[in-house]
Amino acid sequence: MAIWVGENTRVVVQGITGREGSFHAARCCEYGTQIVAGVTPGKGGIDQDGVPVYNTVNESVSREGANASLIFVPPPFAAEAIKEAVAADIELIVCITEGIPVRDMLEVMAFMEGRESRLIGPNCPGIISPGSCKLGIMPGHIHQAGGVGCISRSGTLTYEAVGQLTSRNIGQSTCIGIGGDPIIGTGFIDALKAFNEDPDTTAVVMIGEIGGSAEEEAAEYVKDQFNKPLVGFIAGQTAPPGRRMGHAGAIISQGQGTAVEKMNKMKECGIQVVESPADIGAAIEKVLT
Amino acid sequence: MSSSGVSIPEGKIARTSGEASQIAQQLGGTVAVKAQIHAGGRGKGGGVKIAKTPLEAEELSKQMLGSKLITPQTGSEGREVQCVLVEKGLNIAKEFYLGIVIDRSRQMSVLMASREGGMEIEEVAHQNPNLILKEHINPTTGLSSDQARKIATELGLEDEGISKAVVLIMSLYQSFQSTDASLVEINPLVMTKEGQLLALDAKMDFDDNALYRHPEIEKMRDLSEEEPLEIEASRHHLNYIKLDGNVGCMVNGAGLAMATMDIIKLAGGSPANFLDVGGGANVDQIKNALKILLSDENVTSVLINIFGGILRCDVLAEGVVQAAKDIGINLPVVVRLEGTNMEEGRAILKNSGLAFEVAADMADAARIVSSLG
Repeated sequence: MAIWVGENTRVVVQGITGREGSFHAARCCEYGTQIVAGVTPGKGGIDQDGVPVYNTVNESVSREGANASLIFVPPPFAAEAIKEAVAADIELIVCITEGIPVRDMLEVMAFMEGRESRLIGPNCPGIISPGSCKLGIMPGHIHQAGGVGCISRSGTLTYEAVGQLTSRNIGQSTCIGIGGDPIIGTGFIDALKAFNEDPDTTAVVMIGEIGGSAEEEAAEYVKDQFNKPLVGFIAGQTAPPGRRMGHAGAIISQGQGTAVEKMNKMKECGIQVVESPADIGAAIEKVLT
Repeated sequence: MSSSGVSIPEGKIARTSGEASQIAQQLGGTVAVKAQIHAGGRGKGGGVKIAKTPLEAEELSKQMLGSKLITPQTGSEGREVQCVLVEKGLNIAKEFYLGIVIDRSRQMSVLMASREGGMEIEEVAHQNPNLILKEHINPTTGLSSDQARKIATELGLEDEGISKAVVLIMSLYQSFQSTDASLVEINPLVMTKEGQLLALDAKMDFDDNALYRHPEIEKMRDLSEEEPLEIEASRHHLNYIKLDGNVGCMVNGAGLAMATMDIIKLAGGSPANFLDVGGGANVDQIKNALKILLSDENVTSVLINIFGGILRCDVLAEGVVQAAKDIGINLPVVVRLEGTNMEEGRAILKNSGLAFEVAADMADAARIVSSLG
């Protein structure tokens, strides 16, 4: 039944009265996601496009049974918003916000230690199980329900891959944007494990980029424990060293985190790596036949 | 660092060889002349020299000032040396490496130290990783003095040296936290023959995401050390990085922008830049973006690669047509539109009367633009 989001997902949108929050809450509703509440401190009691707004996440849980949160709160306050959702025992928290200071995220991750919540992001497009639940800003209409799982650090590059799949009539089980920041709540390995155990997922696309060592660590996990066909692409083969390429986490630092290293490691571990982003769809088509 | 309690040598900045000589005179004795550029590895590149007299200091700084310094970290173009630091010489007994960085895997900051001071830490890590001491730092409780003491002891310091090191390490951590640094490095950390412990050279990287709460660091930005087109781009809130190829590219989304650069290279071309226009691609932003791309003299063609989600392709196409008409473009422009309202967008481009080449998909776009030469 895909992973992490589906028909039982009941969403509270933190920051629903802001420009981004209100726009995307409406788009998710149109897609069929159950948006049960919104939170904007100080605006409790009003109605945002038919969605009741509360002052706190706790109220959205006790009054509306929210079990997931979608966060559109500006960078200076976003870490607090995540912590509030964690403290309210929200099961799945998706933080869209780009620009949260690293120090704040280190504190958030320490805060989450030992708690039940899962965080996706920040600085991500969100997560979608096509046909049942969209928890993010991705364009729903390019997706198609099916069997391929997607995990990506990117936004529009993920849509590119999804578009290539849908145009080949290859549907997706769940697409997860894990985000472009250096400190994120859900990594490749977390998602791969879930896809490995999901009966609906038949193959996975993994889209990484320069910076950090998450892809290399994921490759080790894949070699030892992952049982389904996997296609990978790493963006940034032409990125210069030492520069932040848009995403805060996309930086080749002190010689580490190059695309070539990641691609080589992934190949060594049995992952089919495509050099060109245009070949992702075709590569999946091949492994599924 | 000095403001947080880390000892540094006496010294002053010189912008002319005359100033350098004067400072050397004031400090007395042997001085070090150090090129000031925004990159490390300066020692390796010949950017750190010892002068025994003020005359030598004048000569050495004359050689450095205005020249291009190339180090393992600058890339082959190097950086121009606009000023030097003239520092009082020291009687060095031992050199160490000390640093704090973010460990992305463990999601904690980590204190790193090594007895191999003065060497590139990556080299040490590569050749002898067990020579690097590490203490991971709990984000909630911070660095403890016990951790600092452990590191100081493992570095082979004794008694007074350990106490001094603990103070210095705790100050370094304080500096790291209070400035929202992503990296602080002291290399080398020096123990003098007289028993003084000080930072002889240091590097700090700051988290861009935290600059909004550090106006004092924002103020330190030295525009003369940055690429002019990139400065211009940041004024318009455009994410732009200049490279040295000839295919200018404009894309929505950082990952897709990197992938577009990659596919240009794979098709035999050379990307001129990274540019992410993000979701805010209205007419003005597109105009600003195109202007900046076209200001790069190396650009001979432009590739616009847009995957419209929330951003509608017809709105984007209208913006591109308007921008092109307003600023006038004499170079070939290849546009690839995908996603919301892509057919409408493509039609707008084809019917604009302007010479846009409309590509079917990403591979097609890269092929066309690379064949243009």
